[in-house]
Amino acid sequence: MFHVKQFDVIVVGGGHAGCEAAAASARMGAQTGLVTLKRQSLGVMSCNPAIGGLGKGHLVREIDAFDGIMGVAADYAGIQFRLLNRSKGPAVQGPRTQADRKRYRFAIQNILSEYNNLDIIEGEVIDFIQAGTKILGIRLADGTEFRANSVVLTAGTFLNGLIHIGDVRTPGGRSGEMPSIELAKRLSEFDLPRGRLKTGTPPRLDGKTIAWDRLEKQAGDEDATMLSFLSSGPIARQISCGITETNERTHDIIRANISRSAMFGGYIEGVGPRYCPSIEDKIIRFADKVSHQIFLEPEGLDEDTVYPNGISTSLPADVQEDYVRSIYGLENVVILQPGYAIEYDYFDPKALTPGLAVRGLSGLYFAGQINGTTGYEEAAAQGLVAGLNAAAESLGRDQISFSRTESYIGVMIDDLIMRGVTEPYRMFTSRAEYRLLLRADNADQRLSPKAIALGCLGEKRKNLFENKLENLCRYKSELTSVNYSSKQIADAGFKARQDGSRRDGFAVLSQLDGCFDEVAKRLPNFPEIPPEYLVQLWRESLYANYTERQSNETAKLKRDEQTIIPANFDYDGLSGLSYELRVKLAGQRPTSIDQAGRIEGMTPSALILILSRIKSGSSQRQML
Amino acid sequence: MLETIYALASARGKAGVSVIRISGPMAHKALGLMASVPKTRQASVRKLHWQGVLLDEALVLVFDEGASFTGEASVELHLHGGRAVVAAVLGALAEMEGLRPAEAGEFTRRALENGCLDLTQVEGLADLIDSETEAQRVQSIRVLSGAIGKTVERWRRDLVRAAALLEATIDFVDEDVPVDVMPEVQALLEGLSRDLKREAEGVKIAERIRDGFEVAIVGRPNAGKSTLLNAFAGRQAAITSEIAGTTRDVIEVRMDVDGLAVTFLDTAGLRDTDNKIEALGVDLAIERANAADIRIFLMDGDKEICLIEPQIGDLIVRGKADTVEEIGDIRYDHSVSGLTGQGVSQLLAAVSKTLSSRTAAASVLTRERHRIAILGAVRALDVAMAELQQPMPVVEVVAEELRTASYALEVLLGKIDVETLLGEIFASFCIGK
Repeated sequence: MFHVKQFDVIVVGGGHAGCEAAAASARMGAQTGLVTLKRQSLGVMSCNPAIGGLGKGHLVREIDAFDGIMGVAADYAGIQFRLLNRSKGPAVQGPRTQADRKRYRFAIQNILSEYNNLDIIEGEVIDFIQAGTKILGIRLADGTEFRANSVVLTAGTFLNGLIHIGDVRTPGGRSGEMPSIELAKRLSEFDLPRGRLKTGTPPRLDGKTIAWDRLEKQAGDEDATMLSFLSSGPIARQISCGITETNERTHDIIRANISRSAMFGGYIEGVGPRYCPSIEDKIIRFADKVSHQIFLEPEGLDEDTVYPNGISTSLPADVQEDYVRSIYGLENVVILQPGYAIEYDYFDPKALTPGLAVRGLSGLYFAGQINGTTGYEEAAAQGLVAGLNAAAESLGRDQISFSRTESYIGVMIDDLIMRGVTEPYRMFTSRAEYRLLLRADNADQRLSPKAIALGCLGEKRKNLFENKLENLCRYKSELTSVNYSSKQIADAGFKARQDGSRRDGFAVLSQLDGCFDEVAKRLPNFPEIPPEYLVQLWRESLYANYTERQSNETAKLKRDEQTIIPANFDYDGLSGLSYELRVKLAGQRPTSIDQAGRIEGMTPSALILILSRIKSGSSQRQML
Repeated sequence: MLETIYALASARGKAGVSVIRISGPMAHKALGLMASVPKTRQASVRKLHWQGVLLDEALVLVFDEGASFTGEASVELHLHGGRAVVAAVLGALAEMEGLRPAEAGEFTRRALENGCLDLTQVEGLADLIDSETEAQRVQSIRVLSGAIGKTVERWRRDLVRAAALLEATIDFVDEDVPVDVMPEVQALLEGLSRDLKREAEGVKIAERIRDGFEVAIVGRPNAGKSTLLNAFAGRQAAITSEIAGTTRDVIEVRMDVDGLAVTFLDTAGLRDTDNKIEALGVDLAIERANAADIRIFLMDGDKEICLIEPQIGDLIVRGKADTVEEIGDIRYDHSVSGLTGQGVSQLLAAVSKTLSSRTAAASVLTRERHRIAILGAVRALDVAMAELQQPMPVVEVVAEELRTASYALEVLLGKIDVETLLGEIFASFCIGK
């Protein structure tokens, strides 16, 4: 007989958000249960078999700086590493890898199994145990109950999903991943605001039927840039992707059948992402383009499925076959699974706190696609935030928030809860105002101290990081203690403005276009610094001018972020606030002065009134 | 470090004395650049000089940190009122490193954060801040409507385009975007920088900012707007008749109301109409009314006024008061009859009271604010263009400077955020692998 087991935190759903949430909660020291339909599907990559990229690579590094699991697993599974924007500055470079699906799943399951305080439970969650607004646990389909102080729900993949292939519509999500209909029904009882989104996938191709030998190839980087700060190089065999493109005939076939596409036939109401249009969309909207590039990405080392990146579609299966076979190198290709468009529900993330807790309820957190985002990395990053906070709540500790000034995670969370989403939310580097400071290369320097303070960085990481930081500081002070005239610098063959001023070694660094091993030879007394540290200090030196300017801006923002508006703040009791603003504030419940200031229609005087009430409240408490 | 801020702290147009307040760590030093700094809390007369030019002979008050309105080190300059003097001193402050004009309510906010105000004092100040905010909003609308508005729209378009091109090459590098966008970016920035420099030296914006206030009379056709205007003016300024839609152009009457320069605007009656000429009149009425400092909504019985919404400080007035009996209807702030003159002086008093609370010199501040915005943007654009001249321009640095320029110009161009840029990118390029 199974007794009712008590956890600190229960995570529902074993996708990227759920796995990261469970791991984060466990690292915080919470007794954690991860409930998933099938243990074997933990860590499944259900869409594009790649991790990282621009903005996304930043997220993975930040998760890694918190000792998260995505980066390590991706490095184990990586079969083609590329640093995007290699020719641009480090602030906008994003590490990315193609990943072998099986290896990735294996790595995730392995890492999770190493957490002693994490139990993995197979089962279908159909209900919450609830007392008033407090969530007390979950109930499985077989009647088993698990109690927990807080619950993280990540089982949001394709909620109320509707799949479209041509004019054929099938309710459901991806096979075997459907959230239970009963759970969906239960969720609707919470009466949270919802919206509907759409996304699409390309047909999957049989790699054995592709004429690889005729196709252009794209290999990975020679010196691979890894996703995790722990990794030193690729483990799996490295492969290349193929490149091909659509042509006029492809476009003719699609145009001739356009009315049979689910999207153009008027069958779809959800809003799709602008950055990921279907091939139909591309051909209609950019009619003057004669071809569109396609990347053929193998999904694994020992499997034949190929993901043709760039041709997602909702045309009928027979048309998909026709147009795919009109493409160079794919003349005899066999489609393993047709592409489709899928519509699904999401919950408006504006109803969440900065810790991703559902406002108005107690002990319930949402992370992942359920919040209107797309992508493994975005899901995992939310999983980290929800997992940390669910654990913190459960253990009676303060909530943990991420600021726009310190991380891409903070940018994403803030965008979600303040602006909501109108299309599936994806990270871009342009979303980060402090992009020059928030680099993938310094994610550990930015975030690991915070993780150490929370006690959720493992011993190995902690030692590694503290050692690295100590060395960086030491080498930097060695650099700033030597200086050179502009003539000396120019004579050594480096760029220097001839303004007669002297520059210290750190300033000289920014002028080195890759001649790192030369500098110590060419300039007298230049400190001997190991290459990996020299490169890191060079990255910092590049943006030194902007570091100071941006940190002035961030100081003001941080102050406003740290001025907390209590959750029970009484807007009605504040005279001088317009009715309209009062309704908005009471509805959106900003958690800080910074958030309040960004509410549409907010006035300086209203902000001052709120601030004065907070101040007087705190002074009264002091008097008591 | 906290920035040092300054602003005109006194109200009312033709007052004899104007007070400029400076607050923050650099306040004393800023005064020191213009005159010798007197002892704290001791009113002293000083000649203010800037770059060899005498600006004014002013009464100067200096406060230490912890002993001022804001709780910060601060300075008050009591100047000899005139607009030219005020503008000259504000101009000098703008050129000092580390100083910037205060946002609406910023002095109060700092006072509050330093524990120098309590809630009741803040509530008293909130109305003042609202009217200051409103005055700035109105000035900006007035600047941007009309000829300069078209120019400003073009600037916005060019800046968005340049930034979007750069961001596209950064965020969508593996996608189908043009590889070398630099020549187009360079051309856009050069044009923009040239325009802005000319603007900063010139007066185009300043021309748009008129001294004094505008008060628009709005209402349905035949509500008695022209009759009310005539009653204000004491003469036949507008043609009145019983035929609805008599007024089509905007008629202006300039008056002195308790020492304030006020222009009253009589506008076409607001209604949906098929008559093309009348429709033009209605559009013009809406545009001018929205740009006015306050609006008098002249109500004719229970008929609603459409197409325009009241804003802070507006007056809702029952018209044709001679024809109705009821008194004290709470829906109205006043009742008035242009025909008999009943309630007209009370209405004028209300207008005067509302306007007096707004800084009459808002136009000077707006002008100064715009100039500072433009200068800030020009600086950023110059750095951006210099970077583009390098053999290997660092694209994210150029993008950062464009962000700084957009931020500086927000008061003129409106907000340019990441959604604006993404919108431009997705409309221009076929993104999507």
